[in-house]
Amino acid sequence: MEKLTFRHTTAKAAAGTKREAIVGVVASGNLEVLVERVLPERDCEVDIATAAHGFGAVWSAVVADFVERYSPGGLRLSINDGGARPDTVALRLAQGVRTIEELGD
Amino acid sequence: MGQWDAGRAAQGERLAAGAALATGKAVPRDHVVALLEAVIRPFDRVCLEGDNQKQADLLAAALAAVDPGKIHDLHMVQSGVVLPEHLDVFESGVARRLDYAYSGPQAGRIAKMLFGGRIELGAVHTYLELFARYFIDLTPNVALIAAVSADRDGNLYTGPNTEDTPTVVEATAFKSGVVIAQVGAIVDRVPRVDIPGDRVHFIVDAGKPFYVEPLFTRDPGAITETQILTAMLAIKGIYAPYGVKRLNHGIGFNTAAIELLLPTFAERLGLKGKIATRFALNPHPTLIPAIESGWVEQIHCFGSEVGMDGYIEARSDIFFTGPDGSLRSNRAFCQTAGLYACDMFIGSTLQIDLDGNSSTVTTSRIAGFGGAPNMGSDARGRRHPSEPWLKAGREADPDGAPALRRGRKLVVQIGETFGEGNAPTFVEKLDALALAEKLKLDLAPVMIYADDVTHIVTEEGLANLLLCRDRDEREQAVRGVAGYTEVGRGRDRKMVQRLRERGVIKRPEDLGVDVLDADRSLLAARSIKDLVRWSGGLYKPPSKFRNW
Repeated sequence: MEKLTFRHTTAKAAAGTKREAIVGVVASGNLEVLVERVLPERDCEVDIATAAHGFGAVWSAVVADFVERYSPGGLRLSINDGGARPDTVALRLAQGVRTIEELGD
Repeated sequence: MGQWDAGRAAQGERLAAGAALATGKAVPRDHVVALLEAVIRPFDRVCLEGDNQKQADLLAAALAAVDPGKIHDLHMVQSGVVLPEHLDVFESGVARRLDYAYSGPQAGRIAKMLFGGRIELGAVHTYLELFARYFIDLTPNVALIAAVSADRDGNLYTGPNTEDTPTVVEATAFKSGVVIAQVGAIVDRVPRVDIPGDRVHFIVDAGKPFYVEPLFTRDPGAITETQILTAMLAIKGIYAPYGVKRLNHGIGFNTAAIELLLPTFAERLGLKGKIATRFALNPHPTLIPAIESGWVEQIHCFGSEVGMDGYIEARSDIFFTGPDGSLRSNRAFCQTAGLYACDMFIGSTLQIDLDGNSSTVTTSRIAGFGGAPNMGSDARGRRHPSEPWLKAGREADPDGAPALRRGRKLVVQIGETFGEGNAPTFVEKLDALALAEKLKLDLAPVMIYADDVTHIVTEEGLANLLLCRDRDEREQAVRGVAGYTEVGRGRDRKMVQRLRERGVIKRPEDLGVDVLDADRSLLAARSIKDLVRWSGGLYKPPSKFRNW
């Protein structure tokens, strides 16, 4: 199991008021993303636990693009990865942000 | 004067030797090895019928069992190297030289045997190309074919999976060759005559149907959100703007996703009747919802598909069927239709390089070509216009004189940026080149050449290569849809941005597609069982696709 952490400063805070969201599933070729609104509103942290070693550069690129496109300020995203492909990761991250941007509970 | 009928005389000798084992044309199953030893000569060209679907499996096993002391050094000229026996004959020395088109399940073993020098390779062909050579320089001396049933005169019913048989028989029987057919049953009267009996010399009752692989069945349950997204991009970015009505779909989950989005996503876009109405295509089960929703006007088939026969019989307005009601397929005619009468080929691949060349070869697997390079190529002999063809021609050559400007076939490569086992689809150098070097081949086995490819679609977006004006633009257009592969991350971001502004590259947002709408609920069928339901119970999926 490899653990990676990426921290970014975002352009703005993520919309919505929901505190927590979870998308995806832990399965081979898939991943689960837990999204929590727990950080200062311009900070974003992505923590990854993955079974596939040696893909740090790809994760870094996927996370950087995600932060640029969705500006997920205030969010910590914890990924439990079952060897998903980058396109699936990018989709789940986007789904995670959209889900937490819904009105809060 | 010399002798002008040596071939016919030899045919007479072969037939006489075989007749000793036959009653009329029928040879008992336990004499089939002896029949082959009587009829075949060393160094003969032999066509053992088999492609990516049907297999003359009984005759394949019999050929593998002949005595290599009697029969050796054969030159096999056949569509498919698919059964283990197809390669066993090279291990034993019964055969030495090979010209073929497709080797799906034997791709790993054939690579090993080529490297080990066990097989002398002529060439890897497309189906249509190999068929063409049957009439010029690869005419079989003996054809070993498969049919559903025969009558005592040798009239054959080849049924829904007729496929290659008429072509193989035509080339063999009319050039003094010998045709031996395995049949599932000998009957008094065949349901329809697919092959006239005077072209068939011996029949062997196999006591069971020939083997057919359900190669074109894709379980909708396994279609991913990324494949749905890619399908949405293809429909909105290519099918709709070009108005593609006449087309061929390659095998795979990407095209299955497109088929299942026609009655939902594409219908909501108002595209019914405007796209995807006429196909050169095997009867894909995933096309059932589109057919049932009235999208499809006509389909001509290369072969059939396991479980689809009853459905096809009940839909003769859509499919080509015989007087007995069942499908008549014909690979040679359908490949010709795909080449000349379709405006688009869309299919997936394993590797695409920076120019856009694509290949399904990896260093340890030689899968062959089948039909894709034929359908996925621009037909230079085409002369009839159509709107998609003319529009593609205009985009490639905007300054050309309209009345002298060739149209272009749309040749689309579709797929995710990473394939099985996270292998990147985009590479700097195709594995096919390493293979060609290792085997000292004159040509690397390229599935679709760069100059035939017009579009590449991935989850990241769509690249229109027709609009690229030089090699640099082309490379950046490829890199610009290559996602997080090394090729994709190596892009020139500014140039990719400029290509996007010119519409060479289109992102999902440029096409009005929201990535988050890519959801399995968009599929018209989400399981094999859904397909059965759509067909009103007429589709009978093979057991390996049943999980209920």
